[in-house]
Amino acid sequence: MISQDHLPLHYYLILSALLFAVGLAGALTRRNAILVLVGIELMLNAANLNFIAFWRYNPNPDSLIGIMFVIFSIAVAAAEAAVGLALIIRIYRHYHTINLDKMDSLKG
Amino acid sequence: MSHITPIAFAIITALTLVSAIAAMSLRHLVHCALCLAVTLAGIAALYLQLGAAFVGWAQILVYIGAVAILIVFAILLTRSSEAEPRPILSPYWGVGIAIAVLVFGVLAKAIFSSSLAGRLPPEKADPTVREIGNQLMTGYVLPLEVIGLLLTAAAIGAVIIAMKDSTSGRLASPPIVPEPAQKNARPETPPAH
Repeated sequence: MISQDHLPLHYYLILSALLFAVGLAGALTRRNAILVLVGIELMLNAANLNFIAFWRYNPNPDSLIGIMFVIFSIAVAAAEAAVGLALIIRIYRHYHTINLDKMDSLKG
Repeated sequence: MSHITPIAFAIITALTLVSAIAAMSLRHLVHCALCLAVTLAGIAALYLQLGAAFVGWAQILVYIGAVAILIVFAILLTRSSEAEPRPILSPYWGVGIAIAVLVFGVLAKAIFSSSLAGRLPPEKADPTVREIGNQLMTGYVLPLEVIGLLLTAAAIGAVIIAMKDSTSGRLASPPIVPEPAQKNARPETPPAH
């Protein structure tokens, strides 16, 4: 065992909530589409950190569900990042900008 | 050992949070990408500290090795690597910050009112990669196959979306010419508001 840590669970949960809030604030306030995607990645990572923390503090010694969930979540996040950045590059080619406030073709 | 863990946790937490805030607030996009890489490394360090070594290394390989590099490529391909002179935040940034603070408040209240809040970790051995592999090949084999299919579809889809249209590309290039006229027309509308 690498570290026999005795930190209570809520340390990790609060850190994860802070990371989620930072990612959410970035995704909601930045005008650049790439940084919105970065904010979403931060939120996904915060959720993954919660999974690992809950897995570590779970009394059942044989359960690997938390680890499995994070492995699949990382794979889905990688797919999401690839498709999202491809879409951003496509949008840049069409509009010549990735400023989200300028992409208002569908605005009523 | 128990003296080292809180100090290590404090250092990793400070690094992760500061670089996350920097990644979301810096003006220069390349700096944002570098700060994101530091944040992801900090989260990987937390995984290692929590005893999930496989996930920690997978995080380093996938996020720092692939996703951060992909984001740098996207920044360079969209020529947004120069610092943006215009305001980087959208006009409704106050609402966004308020929503984020509200969400954090609700989460913190839920965490502190939970009975799990002060729980200490039980003694348990770290899972070996052999155990994880056994689980993946037995109980989780269907999700594994579905994830493989998803990643293949996403990779092909990303290539197709980002690919230049080879047949209609030259036909589609003349309609781009009116675009600068639209672009010039648009900045005049915001001052009117």
